[in-house]
Amino acid sequence: MSLSTDDVRHVARLARLALSDQEVESLRGELSDILAYADKISEIAAADVPPTSHAYPLRNVYRDDIPQPSLPADEATAAAPQAEEGRFRVPRIVEEP
Amino acid sequence: MHPLVASDAVSLRMMLDNREVSATEITQAHLDRIAETDQHVSAFIRTLDQSALDHAGDIDRRLSAGSRVGALAGLPLALKDILCTKGVETTCGSRMLQHYRPPYDATVVRKLREADAIVVGKANMDEFAMGSSCENSAFFPTRNPWDLERVPGGSSGGSVAAVAANNVPLGIGTDTGGSVRQPAALCGVVGVKPTYGLVSRFGLIAFASSLDQVGPIARTVGDAAELLEAIAGHDPRDATSIPTEAPDLHSALEAGVEGLRVGVVREFMGEGMADGVRQVVTAAIDRFAALGAEVVDVSLPHAGYGVSAYYLIAPSECSSNLSRYDGVRYGLRVDGETTEQMMASTREAGFGREVKRRIMIGTYALSAGYYDAYYAQAQRVRTLIIRDYEAAYAGCDVLVSPTSPTTAFKLGERAADPLAMYLSDVYTIPSNLAGAPALSLPVGLDHDGLPVGLQLMAPVLGEPVLFRAARALERELAIDSTPRGPGSLAQVAA
Repeated sequence: MSLSTDDVRHVARLARLALSDQEVESLRGELSDILAYADKISEIAAADVPPTSHAYPLRNVYRDDIPQPSLPADEATAAAPQAEEGRFRVPRIVEEP
Repeated sequence: MHPLVASDAVSLRMMLDNREVSATEITQAHLDRIAETDQHVSAFIRTLDQSALDHAGDIDRRLSAGSRVGALAGLPLALKDILCTKGVETTCGSRMLQHYRPPYDATVVRKLREADAIVVGKANMDEFAMGSSCENSAFFPTRNPWDLERVPGGSSGGSVAAVAANNVPLGIGTDTGGSVRQPAALCGVVGVKPTYGLVSRFGLIAFASSLDQVGPIARTVGDAAELLEAIAGHDPRDATSIPTEAPDLHSALEAGVEGLRVGVVREFMGEGMADGVRQVVTAAIDRFAALGAEVVDVSLPHAGYGVSAYYLIAPSECSSNLSRYDGVRYGLRVDGETTEQMMASTREAGFGREVKRRIMIGTYALSAGYYDAYYAQAQRVRTLIIRDYEAAYAGCDVLVSPTSPTTAFKLGERAADPLAMYLSDVYTIPSNLAGAPALSLPVGLDHDGLPVGLQLMAPVLGEPVLFRAARALERELAIDSTPRGPGSLAQVAA
C-alpha cells in the first residue's frame, strides 16, 4: 500500500485538515506503512463472517419519554469561540444573491 | 514518606471510620506529597487543592454530625483529564480543548462525588487518549516514578504515575486499546479495563466509541475493586450501558484459585517479548499452579490480527468522533475567510501529530471504495477474535499473558516510529475488541529493576473471577509497589 501526495491531500480535504507540504510528505510515508501493516487482515477469508460493531449486543434501547430540563441555551453556548443571543456565530456560509 | 500517603485506600477508609484520622488530614498529606514530587513526575495538568480541601472539610463535618458519607469518603483520586468536570477545565491533553470548561459532569465524576472520593487533580494523558507513552500530551510528558528518564506508558500515564508515586491511592483512566493496563504494567500498579458497557461513557470525551471504557487504577487489587464498584452500573444517558447492577467483587475476592482453570495464551508468549518480561511472567504463572489452579495452554488463533484490525477500527471511529472539533461550539477557533477555511485552520492548529495521523487513517479507511476492504473487514476480524475467546473460555475460567511486551522505555525512544509505538498494545487490544474485562497486576521486576505486569482476562461480565484470581496471586507474591532504585523518584524525594 503506497499513497501519493495527491491521495494525502484528498483525504486531508475530506478531514478538514490544512496540512503544510512538509506534513503531507511525512504523512504519506507514515500512512503507507501503517496501512500496509493494517492490510494484514486481508489475509483472512471472512466474507461469510458477520461484522461486529459493538461487542455487547444491545438492540433497540428505549427509555420512557419523560420531559426533563435540558441545558439552557446560554450555558450550551458559553464555551463557544463566538456566540450571540444564545446562538453560535460562524463566518458567512451562504453568499448574498 | 508520610504514612498516610504510603497507605492503601481500604486502610485509609478504615482509619477514617475509626476517627483515627480526618479526611482533611488525608487530603492535606497527599497535596503536600504532590507539591513535593510532581515537579519530577509531572502527573497532573492541574491540581484542585481548594475544592479538594473543601470537599474533605464537608466530609469531616458530616462524620462529626453522624451523617452519611460515601464508600470512598476522604480518598484522594487522580482523574484523567478526559472526563468532563463541570466548570473545571477539561483539556483531553489537547490544545483544541486547553480552555474548555464543560457545562456538565460525566456520570463517572458524579458517581465519584456521590461516593465522596476527593478529586485532587486532573491527570496528564496522551492527546485524546491516542498514545502509549504520555509523550503525545500537548503540554508536557509525564515521567515514570521508577526511572524518571523513562515513560510511564499511556495514554492514562498521568493517573497511573500519580498512583505509583504515592500522590494518590486511586486513579481513573480510560482504556481503548490498553491505555489503563499498559501504563499500570510499566509503573508497577493495578489497572483494570472493565467489561465494555459496565461503566458509563456519558461525559467521557470520545475517541473510539465501540472500544472506550473507563477503568480503575490503584496499588492493590482490593482498592481497585472498591473503585470499580463505585463507578459501575447502568446509566440511561449511555445507550451502550449494560442494564445491570454494579458487580459484587468483594464476596469472592479472597476465595483463592484452587481448582480454577487458568489458560496461558500461546500467541501472547511468542516472539517480540523482552526476556526479562518472559522470565517474570512465567514465574508468576507457575505460582498459580502452586496455589492449586489448573494451568493449561490455550490458543487465540486470530489474536495476531488484533493490532491490524484495531488500527482500522479505532482511527475510523476517531475520525468520525473528532469531526466535532470544528471551531464552532467549543474549543479552539482559528479565523478564516470561509467556514471551511476556519475549520481546516482550527484543526491544523488544535491537533497534534498523532491525532492528525489517526484522523487521516480513519478518513482514508472510511472513504469511498475502501470501506469494505478496511473497516468492514476489520469488523469481521473482530467477530473472529470474539469467537476465539468464546472457544478458549469453554475450557478456562481466566486467561493470562504479559500486559506489555517490554518494560518502560526511554522518553523519545519510539517517538519517531508510530508503528513500534502501536505494538506496545499487542496483548491488550484483543480484550477491547472482544469487550471483555482484563486487569494488569504487578508481578515483579526485570533485571533492570523495572516493573513487569501480568495481564489477567475474563469473559464478558466476569469481573468477580478476574479480581479473585488477581487477588490470590497478589497475596502470594506480596510485591512491594514502592518505586525505588537508581534514577527513581526515591532518589530525588524522600
